[in-house]
Amino acid sequence: MIENLDLGMVNWARAQFALTAMYHWLFVPLTLGLSWIIAFYHTIYVKTGSEDWKRLTRFWMKLFGINFAIGVATGIILEFEFGTNWSNYSWMVGDIFGAPLALEGIFAFFLEATFFAVMFFGWNRVSKGFHLFSTWMVALGSSLSAVWILVANAWMQYPIGQAFNPDTARFEMQNFFEVAFSPYAVNKFTHATSSSMIVGALFVVSISSWYLLRGRHVLMARRSIMVAATLGLLASIFTIFNGDESAYEIAQVQPMKLAAFEGLYEGETNAGVVAIGLINTAKKVYDNQDPFIGFNLHIPGILSLMANRSFNSYVPGMKDLVYGNTEHNILGTAQKMELGKQAVASLDAYKQARKADDTAAAEVHLAAFNENKEFLGYGYLKKPEEAVPPVALSFNAFHIMVGLGTLFPLLFIGFLYYSFKKTLAEKKWLLGLGTITYILGLIASQSGWVVAEVGRQPWAIQGLLPVTVARTNLSVGTVQTTFAMFLVLFTLLLVAEIAIMVKQVNIGPEED
Amino acid sequence: MTVGYTLWKIIFLKLFILFAVFKVFFFPDFLAVNFATDAQRADHVLEQLTREVLGSTNLGKGEAP
Repeated sequence: MIENLDLGMVNWARAQFALTAMYHWLFVPLTLGLSWIIAFYHTIYVKTGSEDWKRLTRFWMKLFGINFAIGVATGIILEFEFGTNWSNYSWMVGDIFGAPLALEGIFAFFLEATFFAVMFFGWNRVSKGFHLFSTWMVALGSSLSAVWILVANAWMQYPIGQAFNPDTARFEMQNFFEVAFSPYAVNKFTHATSSSMIVGALFVVSISSWYLLRGRHVLMARRSIMVAATLGLLASIFTIFNGDESAYEIAQVQPMKLAAFEGLYEGETNAGVVAIGLINTAKKVYDNQDPFIGFNLHIPGILSLMANRSFNSYVPGMKDLVYGNTEHNILGTAQKMELGKQAVASLDAYKQARKADDTAAAEVHLAAFNENKEFLGYGYLKKPEEAVPPVALSFNAFHIMVGLGTLFPLLFIGFLYYSFKKTLAEKKWLLGLGTITYILGLIASQSGWVVAEVGRQPWAIQGLLPVTVARTNLSVGTVQTTFAMFLVLFTLLLVAEIAIMVKQVNIGPEED
Repeated sequence: MTVGYTLWKIIFLKLFILFAVFKVFFFPDFLAVNFATDAQRADHVLEQLTREVLGSTNLGKGEAP
């Protein structure tokens, strides 16, 4: 029985997945972002023929190589976890994910692996033009290989282009283009890659600021900052726009997630965003406690604008979505659960009829299942309140991401302004802030994934499969053991990365 | 370049730990190990999806079906 399953295992499996994904994501955004910045450095070198730009390019390429080497294959562990901890899920999505992940392998292998070697070892061995072409291909290959995993993730949040086959228990792809080019997938890709560009730019700014504070490699640091801050500023502006588009998509397909971002329990017309506020972690969707503790400041209308492109539109709150709202024609979770239970019962009856070779009965039950299959996942919830994600974590992660995302373009503008005035080296306060910005960039990037993944709970596949049914029936001890092993391995890798990186930064570009 | 040798060592050690230790001993593919055919795997997953209705499946924790 579902209710007899060990929820402790589900939570440990989720924690293990989060641990693995978050460690993996320490390496990925730097690879994605820095590869494009290096391509620009390399282009300037080829255009100018300047040895200074060559040294600069080689230096950042070396740091890129360290990050790539330490991070490579850390994502493969996620696939191990699918087969072991999430076998039901893994089976059910195999047909959808097969094509995108195969394409990822092809792009990653042919573009990244092939041109990566030329980029690193091609100095004075291949023509300047082909060498530069290889550097651009590494950047393009890195981003393209990220496309498909993000398409797969987007499909879990907005499962379109599929049909559930009750004979094979699999979601089968009906339209590849709907899956690959769903608005959710396009927004996810543009948001993840442009925000990674910001992380890459902040990495350059951090190390260059440190050099300027110590008066070392001043010319290289100033030039590095000029290019990185320009690209970082452009990426920041783009990220604000595609972030807004992401919020609009979330409002359409995951309104509960959007409500959790803003701690919106009661639906509102002219709904605002929280500029200042401390979320009440003790509040439940069914009680009347204040959602915020103490003073809070809302900017009215902005959430309505983000959700519906209109200041005066109605944004449903978590209570509307859980208990329903007839005035605004919102179906409550309890009603969806009823329809979901009918879908589960029809699926079971269909299975029994098929076993008994009763074709007529099977057709009747299949038709009944098809009527309610869009609510299948709700049939596994025990109470309507389970449809609410962890609100405090979603709210805090969202506001950290947005707050830091607002700070970064201002920071890039500051660096560019003082660079053009040629007074950057005198601005110790800005350089001091600059040295820690890479850490802030990682925090913002990680918060973005917390927002995306915690905010969609309890679903593995939105509305169709909750995490409690997606998992394998393993003992909690098994998952705890591997959790500890991963924690040790990843921590060692992280320590190795930091140690090697710090040593190379200390050596600087002269030793090439 | 000494950093290159260090990185290669880390890469090979990491791949060995991931594929020769973790994958082999700790991360079996549950459905591939416990079922011989895709039809059996599909039946098992369907059973998981409907057992709340059936109420007859009582897998112990960690017990193969």
